[in-house]
Parts: sequence; C-alpha cells; structure tokens
Amino acid sequence: MNTDLISRSGISRAVSDSALSSQHAIWRPALGLAAVMLVTCGLVYSASVTGLAGLLFPQQASGSLVIVDGKAVGSALVAQPFSGDMYFHGRPSSVNTDPMSTGGSNLAPSNPALRDRVAAESAVLTERYQLPATELPVDLLASSGSGVDPHISPEAAALQLKRVAAARGIPTEVLGKLVEQHTEAPQWGIFGQPRVNVLLLNLAVDQQFLVK
Amino acid sequence: MDVLLILALALLLAWPLGAYMTGIFSGQKHWSDKVFAPVEKGIFKILGINASAGMNWKSYGIAFLISNLVLGVIAFLLLMFQHVLPMNPDGIGPLSWDLALHTAVSFLTNTNQQHYSGQAQLSYLSQGFVIVTLQFVTPAMGLAVCLAVLRGLMGGRNVKDAEEGEERDLGNYYQDTVRAVLRLMLPLAAVVALLLASQGVPSTYQASPTVPVVEQGQASVDQLTEQKIPLGPVAAMVAIKQLGTNGGGWYGPNSANPLENPTPVANAIETIALVLIPIAIVFMAGGLLRQRGFARMSLAVMGFLSLFCVGAAIYSEQQPNAAFSGLAEQAGNMEGKEVRFGTDLSALWATLTTQTSNGSVNAMHDSLNPVAALVTRSGMLINAIWGGIGCGFVNFIVYVWIAVFIAGLMIGRTPEIFGRKLEKTEISWLGVLLVLPSAVILTFTAITVAIPAITGNSNPGLHGIAQVFYEYTSAFANNGSGFEGLGDNTPWWNISCVIVLLLGRYLPLVIPLVIAGLLAKKRQIPFSNGTLPLHNLTFGVTLVTVILILNFLSFLPSMVLGPIGEALELTSIAGDLK
Repeated sequence: MNTDLISRSGISRAVSDSALSSQHAIWRPALGLAAVMLVTCGLVYSASVTGLAGLLFPQQASGSLVIVDGKAVGSALVAQPFSGDMYFHGRPSSVNTDPMSTGGSNLAPSNPALRDRVAAESAVLTERYQLPATELPVDLLASSGSGVDPHISPEAAALQLKRVAAARGIPTEVLGKLVEQHTEAPQWGIFGQPRVNVLLLNLAVDQQFLVK
Repeated sequence: MDVLLILALALLLAWPLGAYMTGIFSGQKHWSDKVFAPVEKGIFKILGINASAGMNWKSYGIAFLISNLVLGVIAFLLLMFQHVLPMNPDGIGPLSWDLALHTAVSFLTNTNQQHYSGQAQLSYLSQGFVIVTLQFVTPAMGLAVCLAVLRGLMGGRNVKDAEEGEERDLGNYYQDTVRAVLRLMLPLAAVVALLLASQGVPSTYQASPTVPVVEQGQASVDQLTEQKIPLGPVAAMVAIKQLGTNGGGWYGPNSANPLENPTPVANAIETIALVLIPIAIVFMAGGLLRQRGFARMSLAVMGFLSLFCVGAAIYSEQQPNAAFSGLAEQAGNMEGKEVRFGTDLSALWATLTTQTSNGSVNAMHDSLNPVAALVTRSGMLINAIWGGIGCGFVNFIVYVWIAVFIAGLMIGRTPEIFGRKLEKTEISWLGVLLVLPSAVILTFTAITVAIPAITGNSNPGLHGIAQVFYEYTSAFANNGSGFEGLGDNTPWWNISCVIVLLLGRYLPLVIPLVIAGLLAKKRQIPFSNGTLPLHNLTFGVTLVTVILILNFLSFLPSMVLGPIGEALELTSIAGDLK
C-alpha cells in the first residue's frame, strides 16, 4: 500500500499505518521524546536561565534580601510581623506571616467566619485609632492572598502615623515625610496601585529615629 | 487603564507571534530553520523517526496517547521517589502515592491542579526538572493535536494528490511537538523568565535563607521570631507556567505570592504571557487554513466574550465584600487580594486565567464576590474563549461544527465546513463531546456533595457546593485553579480528580482529531452561493448564541445552586444588617 501510494501520487510523503505497525516504532519515539525533553527543558533550560538570571540580577535572583550592617534582616518582598506601637503594621495574615506556608483565608463572602473575623479586627482598630469603623481602610481588615503581602495602602499608613510618632516621641510631620518618601506610585506611572512597603518603612524609621 | 493597556499589548504581541507560528508549522521553508533545523535533526535521530513522514489521524492519535503514557509514568516515578533523588537541599519527604499520581496526571494533562503546597512538599528536582518539563511538553502536545485538526479541515497535507476516501496526512506528531517546544516555548520562556527575574522573582539553586525578623520580644507568643525565605529556580518555572497555559506555581498561593509575582510590572508581564499564545493560535489558524475571514470571526467572537467577562469581573470586585459591610470603609473586595495589584488587575487575571485554561491566580478565587466567581467558572465551562494551548482552539472548532450543524438544519442544507459535509458519524461523535462535560462534572459533584465525610469543604452553605463544583470543573477544563479552601489532599479527591482530569484532557482532544480525520477524506464541494459563510456577523452571532445556550442548558441549575444562590444569600444578609 505504501509504495502504491507513492507511485500513484508521485510524492515521497507516505501516509500509512505501516510506519507504526511494529511495537518498536511506537515506543521508541515516545521514550526518546520524554528523555530529550527532560534534558532540554528540565536541565538545560532551567539551569541556563537560572544561572543567567543570577548573573544579571544577583540581588533580585536571591530573594531581594535587605541587608543592614552586613546582616540580612528580611526580604523586601515578604511581609514581617509587626504588632508593637513603635512600628507600622501590615495587613492581616491567615498564615501568621510565615513565608513557608503562604496562602489566603479562602473564606467566602457568605461565610460567617469571615464576618466574625472582620468584626473582631474592626473593633480593635476602631478602639485603637478612635475612628468610626466606616473610615477604616479595607486593606487593614482584609487578609491578603499570600499572607505575606509586603504592602499597605497609603491610607492605611496615614492611619497609623500618629500612633507610631507618639510611641517614638517624634513630630508627626517628620515621620509623615518619611512615609511619603516610602510611598510608591503605580509602577512606570501606570501599572498597579500606590503602596507602602511596611518592612522598608519600619527599617527606615528605626534607622532615623534610633530607639533601641 | 492598566487593564486596557495589558489587553492591547497582548493582542499586539500575539499578532506577529501568530504569523511566526504559521511559518514554522506550515511545512514550508522558514528563516528559523537556520538555527533550529540542525538541532531538530539530531533529536529526530534519537527518536528514530523520519520527520517528513506524515501520519493519518489514527497514527497521530496513537503517537499522542503513547507519548503521554510514557511521560506520565516517568513523572509519577520521579515524584514518588523525590526524597531519595538528588536536588533536595531542604530535605523534603516523600509524597503519598495518590498525591503523586494526582500531581503527575494533573501536570501531564496541562492542568496543574495542585493538591500539594509547592514550596513545602516538592524538592527542587520535582519542581525544576519534572514539572517544568511537563509544563513545556504538554502545551506543545495540545498544539500538535490542534495542528492536525486544522490540517484535517483542509483535507490533509496530501489533499492535492489523494483521492476521495483515502487516508490523509495530518502531519507528523513528533515533528510538531518538538518544533513547538524548541521554536516557540523555549525562546519565549527564556525571555519571560529573565524579565521576571529582573523584577525580583527568585532564581537560584541555593537553599532557603533564614532571617531573624526586625521586631523581637513581642508579648504575643504566636509572633514569629524568624522567617525562612523559600527560594529556588522560581523564575524559570513561572515563565513557562504562564506561557504554557499551565498555571501550577512554585508557591502555594501562586502568583499572589510576592516572591512569584513581585511587582505590578511583573504582573503585567505574567498577565500578557497568560493569553499570548492562546490568542496567537487564532492568528495562526487563519494563516494555516488560509481563511483570514474565519480567523477574524473567531477573534471577534472570543474577544467579545472575553471582554464582556473581564468587565463583569472587574465590576464585581469593585463592590464591597458583603462580610465587611459596616465594619470598614465602602471599597472594593480586598479579601484574598494583594495591595500592589488592587481589585482590577486581580479581576482581570481571574477572568483570563479561567478562560485560557491556565489556572494560575494572583488573588484567592474562594474569596471573590459571587459575580466574579460566576465569571471564572463560566470561563472554564465554555473553555474555548482563547482556551488552553491547542485544546482551546480545538474546543472552539467543536462549537463551530455544532453551530454549522444547527445553522444547516435551520436553513435546510446539509451542514458543511470548508466544503466538507458533516454527516451522521461526525455528529454522533460531537454528541459525545456535548454530553461529556455535564455528565462528568455533575456526576462527581453530586457524589462528593452527597457524602459529607469526603467533601472537605471549608465554607458552609451554597458556597460549599460551589467549591466542589469548581474543583471538578477546573479538573475537567484542565484549568487547575481552585477554591483553595477545599481540603483536597485526600485519596478520594486525588483519585476522583485523576479520572476527571484524564476524561477532560484526552476525549476532547482525540474525538475532534477523529472527526477531522473523517472529514478530511471527504470530497470537497466547491464554494457556491448556497455555502454557509463562516466569516460574517450572522455566523458570529449564531456561534455566540450556540456557545451560551449549550452551556446554559448543561449548567444553569448548578449555577443557581452555586454563585447565583450565594449572591441572593448575601443580599439577604446585607438586608438583615441594616
């Protein structure tokens, strides 16, 4: 049949089942494909891209670690827990800000457990900041998707300004300037939301107003 | 604004990419031959094949299935024994057999549904070697089947010489797959990976550093005193995760994790990568079929449905989360979302990731407002708005066949597509495809919901049913996203999802291949005045209607039991609070 087709159509491109008739011809390309792909994609691609990225962007590629006095104090991309009055606080985390077990609350809007959690946190914040609940920034009450969201909204930072300034005994305006410096605009002027990196802000506060 | 810019950039980049893909898969000489042809020659030698030899639909299908079987077995074994294999600096232990099986099948079917937590349960070898390989190869395999179906629509590569009823040449499966990986996936992924690394996605083989946190000595005993920052060759994986409609991320919360998606620019790159190849395939189909009009119609239909859903999801997330009513300012739903993205970019991602069968997330879908939840599951049920690489356009062609059939009945002509008649055998196969999603998804949802001991849902009421439905829909659509509150690492969930994954991957790819193979053999009827045109507004509207009606018929009751019911529930809760 094979030769028939070729001679009749005058082309060398044979279309038949015969190429696959033997067991050998079915399994060998499949095994070969798996082997070749494991090597090219799993090894060559992964290793060369990872190596090149490490060479080109050493700081970013190794976890954007923040170094103070020669020691790593955290990653600029990962929220740290802050709960004292001396520091700005980040967003609620459903994983206790543990970067090894990141995740969100996964509570649905209809889940009473979510309402209970928000109500409890809202009561704490209204008490702490002496504000009606309806003026609390949402991001300070909603837990983040990752549980280690490093940012808060500028409104959430503004809310905490007075508390931190009072605890450190510094003028609010001076601290306000620092917060402003640490407020990032949408990237490239268009992408994403304005935001404040809580860890970097707190480190800057520590550095400028040495209270230890 | 940034939403529109991202969509526009995706479309602008997909256009030339589609032309490039037409070039490399058309079988004609192409400038990329200079670079890749020698490498491919070497690979084909290892595979022991003659790459220019064509395959008919049967050989093509068998090669597709066998290569999947082999890859699946290898992946399963490597995952099973990761604890004794090298590249495991953090000393991660073994997976249970059902979790290893689910993980292997999930990545083999281009789904990337994850019942494990990546950073904690998989070694660098499992993530960087096994999973990355599957993330490259499985979209290429889907694309290969799509190419074969497209060639079938035009009567095969030997259309000029073959006689009516003679087997047609649908291309060489191995050549298509290898080319898709080498000439398409690898170069794109390398570029995206470097861009992401520049934004801060980790890219290293070093073990994860542990750092003491800044605030120490707090009264709360729960507060961590040190953090371990999980690293790894993350950028390399995230790039192909996004490009290959894979979706399985390095970290548990996927691209919501700031290490996996650190900045808004990284987010824009990852969002574009999510839809880039699926959109490019529409342009490619136009080129390969030499039917630009049909491609324009396809682009318009998909674009219309896509934009409509994006709009609805963004509107939904800009509304407050009902649970926050009266407890915070009136602002968008930020539960499960990241500040750097906000509601709009999260809603955009959620919509596109479910339309394209990608399944990566940058916000937690479990906490979405009900309308956005409805949008995400609709995207997965339709599964042809862009869709997964290869399988998405194949699903779209299935809808086209059905629309052609129905339109043919309405105007009283034998339904035909590109001059080839759709007859009883083809329609019977289409019938199987029509019934399949609802049969599989609804059956498994019903069983799981009926037995509370195996359900494992974390949210009460209608949302609990929605969680189960979402999980099976996501498995069947080979999407992989989830309502992650579900306790899904149990033998029941792992094994039932394996069955759904396999049914959802192989039948919707192989059956259209059979239909295309059968169609290809038929005599081509010349174009005439009576031919149903597939490129005008009338057919586009018909197609949209067919897509919507079919899905409403199958899934409307389950939607009422899920997000629609939940929305009503929330309105009544809000009423009570006032």
